[in-house]
Order: sequence, then structure tokens, then C-alpha cells
Amino acid sequence: MVRVTFSDIRAAQTPTVGFGASTDPRKAGSDSVNNTALFVTVFLACAVEAVEATTVVLAMGTARHWRSALSGVAAALLLLAAVVAVLGPAISAIPLDVLRLVVGGVLLIFGLQWLRKAVLRASGHKALHDEDAVFRQQLAAAESASTGERGMVRDWYGFTVSFKSVVLEGLEVVFIAVTFGANAHDIPVAAAAALIAVLVVAAAGIAVRAPLSRVPENTMKFVVGVLLCAFGTFWGAEGAGATWPGSDAALLVLVPAYGGFALLLAYALRDRSKART
Amino acid sequence: MIARLNSFAKFWYDFFVGDDWTVAVGVVLALAATYLLSRMALPAWWITPVAVLLLLAFSVRRKVRSCE
Repeated sequence: MVRVTFSDIRAAQTPTVGFGASTDPRKAGSDSVNNTALFVTVFLACAVEAVEATTVVLAMGTARHWRSALSGVAAALLLLAAVVAVLGPAISAIPLDVLRLVVGGVLLIFGLQWLRKAVLRASGHKALHDEDAVFRQQLAAAESASTGERGMVRDWYGFTVSFKSVVLEGLEVVFIAVTFGANAHDIPVAAAAALIAVLVVAAAGIAVRAPLSRVPENTMKFVVGVLLCAFGTFWGAEGAGATWPGSDAALLVLVPAYGGFALLLAYALRDRSKART
Repeated sequence: MIARLNSFAKFWYDFFVGDDWTVAVGVVLALAATYLLSRMALPAWWITPVAVLLLLAFSVRRKVRSCE
């Protein structure tokens, strides 16, 4: 199957064959790096959101009614699958330059928001996301809420809270997975990363029947923020007509540069915070 | 009805823009500048990375100052 790299699809001058089968060893290496980065970004983004959704579903199942909570999850997954079914072909129909410009811009905005929160958390200016605390809050709210039955759902409260949680956390993930996959011309890798992440987190949640507080969620958000910013920059600028020096290899500079800058920012703010106290 | 429309619009605003609208505006301006420079056949790749670093630093600084 002929597969082109991230950059210069527009020009389509030198199509290469994907996953190490390229005749140009530098391009083959670049392809596998980008596919790895694609997998890691989608996997981490999905895992982070899945941890948050799992916490709420566990609270609903524990305090209310497991079957209703899981029905809410199933309904939400069906809705998200429908969104993917509509969004996927629609995105594929958009001209590549426009897609990269728009998607790059949105990924940059997402990435900067994630990274900003991660820097604030790392520097002590924002409370760390605590799944145990979220679980306790949800549990208390669920225990005090009144019960109600609607149709086939025995506990409407547990159903709707689980449904909303999975839909809200899932929408961002769907957007990231679909746009990353479409832009990289590798939707199967993005879809596999998303599916594996959700399955791993769900299996862990079912196994421990407790919030997954040991998952290094804040660190993962930091890494995802850096990766979203790097890919958003790469695709956005390319969609706007810029040509990257080194082509795809520019990503190998953008990722450590953004990561290093964000770490420096966090350390500088932490020192300032300590100096004030 | 209007309340529902408002909450629908607020959801999508929060989803795409988040809690610092200046970041979104900065990203749009950076990409517009990249487009204009590349149309003039000038090197434009550096604009977005520089903008990202500046936007992150200013956004974090603004939030920290508002907390102090």
C-alpha cells in the first residue's frame, strides 16, 4: 500500500511506502518515529481521560447500581462511535491543507491548555488532580441522590452521571484520535491506541474496583500537552504554507524544545512560590 | 430554550477555547502570520513555535499573578 509521510503530501513528489518499507532509509526511520509518536500521544490522551471517566463510573457502580452505571457507559460509547462514524469520513473529505491548518490550530489550543494546567500543577499553583478525592465526592453525591427508574434503567441517576462522564471525557479523545489519524494517514494506529488505552484502564478499574489514583495522571497530562503542542505546531504551520527544515524530523526538535521549556517554566514558578513562602 | 442554547454554546466554547481565550486568539494570529509570510515566499516555520513558547509563558504568568 502506498503511504505518504506527514509532510509534502501536498506536493506528493516522493511518495514512500509505510512502516519501514521505504526505499529511503531516512524516510523509513522518520515514518516509524511519527507512528510511534502518534500511538503514544493518542494512547496517553485516551488513558488520562479514561482514568477520569472510570473514577466516576466506579463511584456510580459502588454507591448506586452497577448495571445502570454500565448501561450509561454502553450508551455513551455508542454515541461516541456514532460521532466517529460521522466525523471520520467528513474529516477525510476536507482538503489536506485546510485540515492541517484547522486541526493543527485546534490541537495547539488543546495542547496549550493541557500544558498550562500541567505547568501550574507541577509548580504548585494548582491542586494536583486527585482521583481519590473525586471518587469520594462522587460517592457522597451519589449516596444522597434520590433513586428513580425510567424505562429499562433501574437507577436513572447512576445511568445519566456515567453517561455524561464518558461522553464528556470521550469527546476530546475522539477528536484527538480522529484528527491525528486522518492527518497522519494512519487511522488504524490511532484507533488501536485509543482502544487499547480504554481497555487497559477499564480492565484496571474493574480489577481494583477503586479509583486509579496510582496512575501518574499529571505527568501523563504534561507529556500529552507537549505532544499536542508539537503536532499542532507542525501540522498548523504546514497547513498555513510553511516548509519545515528537516521535514518530519522537525518534530524531534519541537517535542524536546517544548518539554524542556515547560519544565523550566515549572521550576522557575516553583522557586518563586517557595521564595514567597 | 434560550438557556439550553446558551449552555450548548458554552459547552463548545469551553471545549475548543478553554479558560484562557487569549491562547486561542494567539494561535489564530500566529497561523495567520505564518500564512502571510509563506505567501510572500519568506521562511515562516519559526513563527508558530515562537508563538507557542510566548503564549504558554504569558498564559501561565497571568494565571499565577491572578492567584497571588
